[in-house]
Amino acid sequence: MSRRSYREWLVSFPSVTWLFAFFLVPSAFVLAIAFKPSTPFGGIGTGWTVATLRSLGNPAYVVVLWRTVWISLATTAICILLAVPAGYFIARSAPRLRRVLLLMVIVPFWTSFLIRIFAWKVLLHPDGWIHGLFVASGLLRADTPLLYSSGAILLVMVYTSLPFAILPVYAAAEKFDFRLTEAARDLGASATRAFLRVFLPGIRRGLVTALLVVFIPALGSYVVPDLVGGTGGEMIGNKIAQRTFVDRNLPQAAALSAGLMLAVLVPLLVVLSLQRRRVQGALNGGEQQ
Amino acid sequence: MKRSHFPLFVTVLVLAFFYLPILVLVVNSFNASRFGGTWEGFSLRWYSRLLREGEIWQALENSLLIALSATGLATVLGTTAAMALHRYRSRLQNAHYALIFTPLVVPEVLTGISLLLLFVAIGMDLGLFTIFIAHVTFCISYVTMVVLGRLQDFDFAVIEAAQDLGAGWWTTTRRVLLPLLAPGIVAGALLAFTLSMDDFVISFFVAGPGSTTLPIRIYSMIKHGSPPLINALSTILLVVTFSVLLVSQRLIGGKEKP
Repeated sequence: MSRRSYREWLVSFPSVTWLFAFFLVPSAFVLAIAFKPSTPFGGIGTGWTVATLRSLGNPAYVVVLWRTVWISLATTAICILLAVPAGYFIARSAPRLRRVLLLMVIVPFWTSFLIRIFAWKVLLHPDGWIHGLFVASGLLRADTPLLYSSGAILLVMVYTSLPFAILPVYAAAEKFDFRLTEAARDLGASATRAFLRVFLPGIRRGLVTALLVVFIPALGSYVVPDLVGGTGGEMIGNKIAQRTFVDRNLPQAAALSAGLMLAVLVPLLVVLSLQRRRVQGALNGGEQQ
Repeated sequence: MKRSHFPLFVTVLVLAFFYLPILVLVVNSFNASRFGGTWEGFSLRWYSRLLREGEIWQALENSLLIALSATGLATVLGTTAAMALHRYRSRLQNAHYALIFTPLVVPEVLTGISLLLLFVAIGMDLGLFTIFIAHVTFCISYVTMVVLGRLQDFDFAVIEAAQDLGAGWWTTTRRVLLPLLAPGIVAGALLAFTLSMDDFVISFFVAGPGSTTLPIRIYSMIKHGSPPLINALSTILLVVTFSVLLVSQRLIGGKEKP
């Protein structure tokens, strides 16, 4: 082994070993345990079975799966629709203002996740003033709850994921050469057309990142539907937690997780391999292309 | 050219959306009323009640213990990972990059359940130590990303200069590379610490009896406890976070200026 590859091995070894043992191996365990029977005492049985996987065809799961997908898609769409103008505005503002705005977007990211959800739980509560406001303005009947609905889940999920969408869009917009949209305008494109055909393709990578970091974690949401969704608002994450903590049926939890894992990994690996190749090409000055 | 006011409008709306709930929470923590719907005068009674809640302080102690130790190890592992990823291009590094990047986007529920299954399968007792392992695992990726960002703005001429002057690999790394990377490493460590202190989902899966962390405690208070107490606790946590964030911005911002 050459000195160079010895050093490479030395600096890579600690993190590769750790993540192999505590990320890759556990992920393989999920896939394996999905094929194991459960025991009445909450343990993992011996032998192999496909009965656990087959039980996922249960209509109750299909309803939950559908809800998970549409809430995640809606959350992602709303986040991106808000993140594009906000990221654009921050990128185009003067440096001093930009620093302040950026900090204001980052602060919620640093504050406790549970507390931010709790804040909404208080606001949406029947005694809270948002509910009062809606009732007073005649938009809502006093006995219609705001809390414990799919709408509440969507609202709070947008609230918790929006900073994650704004940051990559901003990062891409900041690098965007705005002379390009000006040139498009000079050549006769309308503002809307310049925005759609020049600006949006220009920040494409930021949009893809925003899409991934909102949509994928949304698929696995657990705390938000648990705290503001009520019994009619369960998502896949809640089912996994229920099988783990309430029924103590670990193979069933593993089978659900395996399904979620596949749903998450396929789009992720495609985007990742595309991005890595491009990053590497750029770093090597494009000489390998 | 006249610019549209629409982006300004959306930005203001988004920031109001971000801060309104937090503001209401802070104001309510000083509200004497038990139910928070109406204002019944300024009071610090919830703060004094909070001081007498022994379970919260025990949970805080557990959280600090885990966050400090997990941050320490994750910072070392994340920094070496960033150095390897930045310096070498090989198949090993492609796999390494995937190993680092994937945990960032995998839903927390999956990280939690997979580690739980591992610990159950190898017969490891659930407790503070299993939470520590889980936290190191998700913190590594964040530290790597922050340090890698710093390395990308790095002027490698200084490394070459040191080597031209006769410094070996180890001396160059220790005396030139690490000091210059320090702000990035500190920023990464700070992020890891915050994420560890705040993590609920993963900890909840791998926690055992007697290893309640602060977020686990807050969760059970939200589910069963009294709202004004959570308001008071949240306000204290917000003040701590803001102070840390301001100090870190000063530190990092100050060092980056030439």
